[in-house]
Amino acid sequence: MNLLQVSVWRGAASGGYRTYEVPRQESQSVLDVVTYIQRSIDPTLAYRFACRVGMCGACAMTVNGVARWTCRTHVTKVAKGNAIQIAPLANLPVVKDLVTDMREFFDKWARARGQFVPSATRKDDFARVASDSPGRVAANAGIECIGCGVCYASCDVVSWNPDYLGPAALNRAWTLVNDVRDRARRERLAAVAGDAGCHACHTHLDCSERCPKSIAPTAAIAGLKRAVALAAWKGEL
Amino acid sequence: MNMRNDYRSRNHPAWWAFLVHRLSGLALSIFLPFHFWALGQALQGEAKLDSLLRWTEQPLVKFAEIVLVLLLAAHLTGGLRLLALEFLPWRDWQKSLLAFAAGAALAAGLAFALAL
Amino acid sequence: MGAKSETWLWIAQRASAALLALCVLVHLLTIIYAVRHGLSGAAILERTRGNAAGLAFYSLYVLAIAVHAPIGLRTLCQEWLGWRNASLNWFMAAVAVALFAFGLRAAWAVFV
Repeated sequence: MNLLQVSVWRGAASGGYRTYEVPRQESQSVLDVVTYIQRSIDPTLAYRFACRVGMCGACAMTVNGVARWTCRTHVTKVAKGNAIQIAPLANLPVVKDLVTDMREFFDKWARARGQFVPSATRKDDFARVASDSPGRVAANAGIECIGCGVCYASCDVVSWNPDYLGPAALNRAWTLVNDVRDRARRERLAAVAGDAGCHACHTHLDCSERCPKSIAPTAAIAGLKRAVALAAWKGEL
Repeated sequence: MNMRNDYRSRNHPAWWAFLVHRLSGLALSIFLPFHFWALGQALQGEAKLDSLLRWTEQPLVKFAEIVLVLLLAAHLTGGLRLLALEFLPWRDWQKSLLAFAAGAALAAGLAFALAL
Repeated sequence: MGAKSETWLWIAQRASAALLALCVLVHLLTIIYAVRHGLSGAAILERTRGNAAGLAFYSLYVLAIAVHAPIGLRTLCQEWLGWRNASLNWFMAAVAVALFAFGLRAAWAVFV
């Protein structure tokens, strides 16, 4: 029987890799591998998952050095011979084993003003937004984000700059900047400007390379750079 | 301490482009004061400048000059690529801007080397 | 530094980059042309002495460099050296002034 040699991070901030032998199947995702280890070999292994079908983003981990959704990563795609290394997402505190603390990720989302602020009330008519208007097209390119954290884990600027809001938060801010119904544009642009905001992006394109939804946060951040610069020029920042 | 990324997640073209851009900028910044000093030698007359230029005839220095021209060209073309990525509407072909940039930089370096 | 100042730093960096793109192109072409015909003190100075347009060009070039380089170095220091406080900004301002002064001196040296 073909056996996978799976090296898994055990511990928290300090710890080490432990190797497990997992029977190799013809159709097997990395999440299947982790599940097998926890159910059949070592029940103390901690990991997160929910939908198992590529919709929720909860199963994101670092597989052979690259952040991925483990439920949508086929073993044949990543295994080096029979070896796989599985670690928690980078750039986030490790709670235990493969589980990270996502609070900072979502706190930054809030700091980037990633919340919609309505300009109308229930008494007003529906907003009419043409789906092919430039603003709507720009917003639509980014609204499929499910907050899985893969982009955040992949970004070197996040590693090098602890205050950096990160690609997901900035991408969300951009979708709202392009939403004609929102009325917090000025505050939002101020929130995403500066060394901790969009200006810290160096276009490494790690986020756009890794996003499982094929969103390009780099494009959103470039848009924010332009919008913020224009606002500063007009004295509106 | 959080888990950190290593070369495995960084091994893609745009990341290399960033590294080349940053390191070439650093190298040029270090080179510039020497360049300004060398040109400033002209204040002491043409002969002074001439003797300096003769010092640069050494093969190792010539090689360094070629490297510098390459670095300058790389920083320029990489920078133009960044300006395009930041200011032009996003298109997927922009990723191949990198190929153009690298090619143009190499061409400039070659032109200099051949002119020597 | 506040978000507004940091935004203006970004604008200055991109604006100086655009200007430098032109200057560097001219500079590279000039170098390649000049090197071809042999590089000597006389050959260089023959072209630059009394050349007011050249002086103006190089002064502008040096100004753009004095803006562009320190802002880039600042980011490098923040991210790779963890140097983030006000002293970095002061240091980079000093670098900017030094580059500008030293560069102008060089441009002047080949003009007179």
